[in-house]
Parts: sequence; C-alpha cells; structure tokens
Amino acid sequence: MAIELNFTIEGGDFSNAGKASSKIKKVLKQLNIEAKIIKKIVVAVYEAEVNVAAHAYSGNVKALVGENDVVVMVSDSGPGIENVELAMKEGYSTASKEVREMGFGAGMGLANIKRNTDELKIETKVGEGTTVTFSLNYS
Amino acid sequence: MFLLMNNNKKYHALKVDTQKCFGCTHCMKICPTEAIRIVNGVAVIDNQRCVDCGNCLRACPADAFYVEQDDLSKINNYKHRVVLFPSVFIGQFSEIYSEGQIYEALLELGFTHIFEVEQPAGWLMESIKDFSGENTHRPLISSFCPAIVRLIQCKYPSLTAHIVRRKAPHDLAAHFAIEQLKKEGAKEDEIGIFYVSPCSAKMAAVNQPVAEKESIVTGVINMKDLYNRIMKLIPTKEKMDTSGFRRYLSREGILWSLPRGESAWYRKKSMAIDGIHNVVKFLERLENDEVPEIDFLELKSCSEGCAGGILLTGNRFLTVERLQKRAARYPKAAQVEVENAAKELVKKKLVADEIKPEHIFVLDQNRSKAIEKLQKINDILCQLPGLDCGGCGAPNCHALAEDMVKGKAKMTDCVFLQNKYLKEQKVKPEKAYKNLEKIWGKQRFEADCNKKGGRNEGF
Repeated sequence: MAIELNFTIEGGDFSNAGKASSKIKKVLKQLNIEAKIIKKIVVAVYEAEVNVAAHAYSGNVKALVGENDVVVMVSDSGPGIENVELAMKEGYSTASKEVREMGFGAGMGLANIKRNTDELKIETKVGEGTTVTFSLNYS
Repeated sequence: MFLLMNNNKKYHALKVDTQKCFGCTHCMKICPTEAIRIVNGVAVIDNQRCVDCGNCLRACPADAFYVEQDDLSKINNYKHRVVLFPSVFIGQFSEIYSEGQIYEALLELGFTHIFEVEQPAGWLMESIKDFSGENTHRPLISSFCPAIVRLIQCKYPSLTAHIVRRKAPHDLAAHFAIEQLKKEGAKEDEIGIFYVSPCSAKMAAVNQPVAEKESIVTGVINMKDLYNRIMKLIPTKEKMDTSGFRRYLSREGILWSLPRGESAWYRKKSMAIDGIHNVVKFLERLENDEVPEIDFLELKSCSEGCAGGILLTGNRFLTVERLQKRAARYPKAAQVEVENAAKELVKKKLVADEIKPEHIFVLDQNRSKAIEKLQKINDILCQLPGLDCGGCGAPNCHALAEDMVKGKAKMTDCVFLQNKYLKEQKVKPEKAYKNLEKIWGKQRFEADCNKKGGRNEGF
C-alpha cells in the first residue's frame, strides 16, 4: 500500500516551489521515518521543483509514499535537456540571468538529487519536456 | 518545587477556566501546534502538543485562560528571599518611575535580594561560545525561549541537535545569586529563589525543565500579579540607593530578551526571528535546506521577544523603547567585573542535557497501519467541505480528518456533512441536535445578548 500525492508547478513560479516537498515531509513525519532520510527526500524534491520553476513551462510532482520506500516522479513540459551528462555535472547550469539573480540556478540541482537518492532516472526529449524519477529506500 | 512536577506527564502552565470559556474557537484557530479542540462547549488543550506559547491566552476574548502560579506569601518561609526577574519587568513601567523606585517597592514587598536574570550575562555568553566550539551543527539554535525549544522537539525533530545545550538566563541568575549569598555567609537552605516569569512558557520550563533534571528555582511568580502589587507600593520618590543590586547588569544583558538581543551579540552570520508563526515558517524552510548558511539563530515565540510576553502589562513597543534607552546607560558586558571566584562552578551548571525529539505527530508506530491511516485521512478530506470553519470543534478540516482516524471524532461532527446526512435522512434531527450539543455544550443554543467573542472583542 502506498499513498499517492500529486502537485502541479507552474514555470517561473518560484514562490510556490517548496510546497510539494513540505507536504511530502509532513506525511513522512507522520509515518515516523528517520529525520535524516526525510531531509534527503525533501532536498531532492525541492531541487526538482526548482528545476521545473526555472526551466519548464509547467509540470507536476507525483510521490508514491510506501511502507519501504518513496518514489517521486517529476514531469514537465519544457525545453528538455540537450546533454544529460553535462547537466548532471556540479556547477553546470543553463539557467537564465534572471533565475540566477533570484539565487537559483547554481548548477547543483540534478547532482543534488542524485546525491540524496538511491536511484535517479532522467528521460528527456528536447523541445518537449523532461521526466525525472527518483526513489529512496527506508525499510 | 511548589507546583506539581511529574516526569511522566508534561506540565503546562496554561489552564482553561471552564466557567469562563464558552468555546468561541479563537484560541483553537491560533494555536501553532493545533493542540486545542472544543469539547462540551469549552476549549480542551492536548498536553502532548501544547508548547506553552500562550497565544491562546492572548487571543481569548473571555479571559478564560490563566496560568498557575505560586502564592507570594511562600517567600516568608525563607530567611533570604531572592527575587529574580528579566529586565523586561522594568521596561513595562512608565518612565515616571525610576529603576530605584521599582527596586524599593520590591524590598518593601518583602524581598531581601534583587537580581535581574541577565546578570552576569557575560558568563552565559562565554558558555554559549564554548558550545559553538564543541558542536558542529549549523545553524546553532538558541535555547533561550522554552516555547521554541518545545516546538522544535515536537514539530521539527531533525533540528533538536542544533539547539544550544545551555540553560536559560534564569538558571544563570539563580546559581549566581546562590553563590553570591553563600559568599556573604548565607546557608543554602535558607535561600528562597523566586522567579518572576514574563510568560507561560518560562513558567512551564521552570516547573518542568526540558533539558535538566530539576529546576533550581524555588517558586514562580506571575509578572502581571507582581506588577499590580508593585504599583500599589511604589514610592513617589527614591529614598535609598539600590544601585548596588544592579552592579553586574550590562547593556547586552538588558537587551538579551528582546529581538536581536542574542544575535547582535553573537555576530557572525546570525539571524533573529520573533513571533511563533514566523518561526514556524522559517523552521519549515530550514528543515528543507532552503536557507543560506547561518551560524546562529535566535528564535523567540513572542513578537518583540519577551517585551511581548503574555504576562506583561505595558505595550510591547514602549517596553522595548524604555529598555533600549536603559541599556545605553549601562556598561558593556566585557566591562562588568564580577569579583566572584564561582564563575567556573556556575558555568559548569549552565550546561544542559541533550534535547531529545518527541514524535507526537506520528500516526502509528506500525508503518503499514500509519499508511492506511493516511489514506483514510485523504479519503475523509475528499468528503469534508474544506472551509476550515471550526464548526466541528477542530481547527480545520485536516485536523478533523486526523482526529477521525485516531478515533476521536466522527463524520457527523462536521456540520456541513451532518446537514447533508439530514437531507438524505441518514441521521434523525434529534440525533443531529445531540451531536452538536456534544461539541458545543447544552447552553450553546440559548439566546444570550451579552455573548463575548463577537466582533472587536479581545483585539
């Protein structure tokens, strides 16, 4: 049995980035998941939310919170990622000047998600959008 | 200890006077931990969730919340009667009364020694700096405000390791006072230490400390009560020199309990946040790693810090104003010389135990059961109107849904659903009426033209 949580994100809407991670955090706390694990998931989801806000037109977050693990799928319609390998590199960023001025776009997003999760899968199509799926086991 | 102290049960200073309370829901709506429900027409506080912040007392239009306190006559059991109070106590008086006049009234009331809790603040500062060297967690979170410490314990368990393991200024002052008196030849069992509390949180903390075995304070006095007594006794002119009592007081000490009092001293990258709802928003971000690097966080539950304490009488901004002027007249902490060899001893006693998290929001210890309950909450939420009207006796629809899966509430508690059930003839009108009476009490439906809690009451 798993709980499904769904959220939508608008491109450019940084003020609402963090809503999904906060809600997921609340649920994990109610399940008595270890604080360290919660933090990892929350950081990963927040990075993914910011990615959608910074790069895409719109997107959604789907989290499946289960007994032993959590699986999060963040899909957006947006420009897609041209070079995934490069995008994974710490410090590499294609964020606009405006986004950087807001304090985002330091090029740590995907790397940070990878660091905080057990599995990370990126599916992307240039000109269409990206789906980032990651999971973390806490059994 | 005069007041009940039982380690198995959380002690709370806030109580509801069921004669005055009529379940107007103001407190329930404002509580930062959703600890209040209306049952049988009156507010009921959940002991596990309450952090003693006192917002309920502040919001109550019927004066139905009160704090437990010790009887002042108990001071007479001691030969040496020490009053400890935070500097904000002085700040709430009108400036026509000098510090000296206020001190004289305290002596007149029967105290033999007067200590403001922030003296000697320098020792506490040194001690906190020592801790920042030992602990690698950043930001460090000040342990000053007990409501915040309890909030972190139950709502942000991952942050408990960040809390500075040092006791509050009243502990410092109590140990300091005892050592000073002993030096003058007093025996320890002849000394009574009475702490004047500006709020319910400090009261609860003194009676059941979070991070120490036992509090050193003999009794707790309600600051509002003391203010009224002092106003009756205050002399029109200073008759004696009481400045000796204030010789260890410093500028930083006086400002310590106000916003930025601690962070301005800590310097580096420090931040100060006051008001518990602001603190909640910030801790939420901090827990998500959404804030830049910070070395030290000063968090105070009341807006304007202790100047906004619920047991203060004056206006909080005027109190801050007076204290700022007062602080400017005092020397810096580094310039205050304390001729007392007990410094190391007192500093040792300031070290607090580790603060452990309390997982009170966990739905079930069994994870699969907890998931089932979560699913149930979501299913129930689909049925509820989402108005957060409070008509069910819970602060919002989500809280009601949680109460339901815990077996503390039922679908018909929602007044909207109940109406729907009436229309669908699933509930008899008789039964529906009884359901409402259970939450709101039998007298709820009697006409009362003097009802409180209406518009403009209590604000």
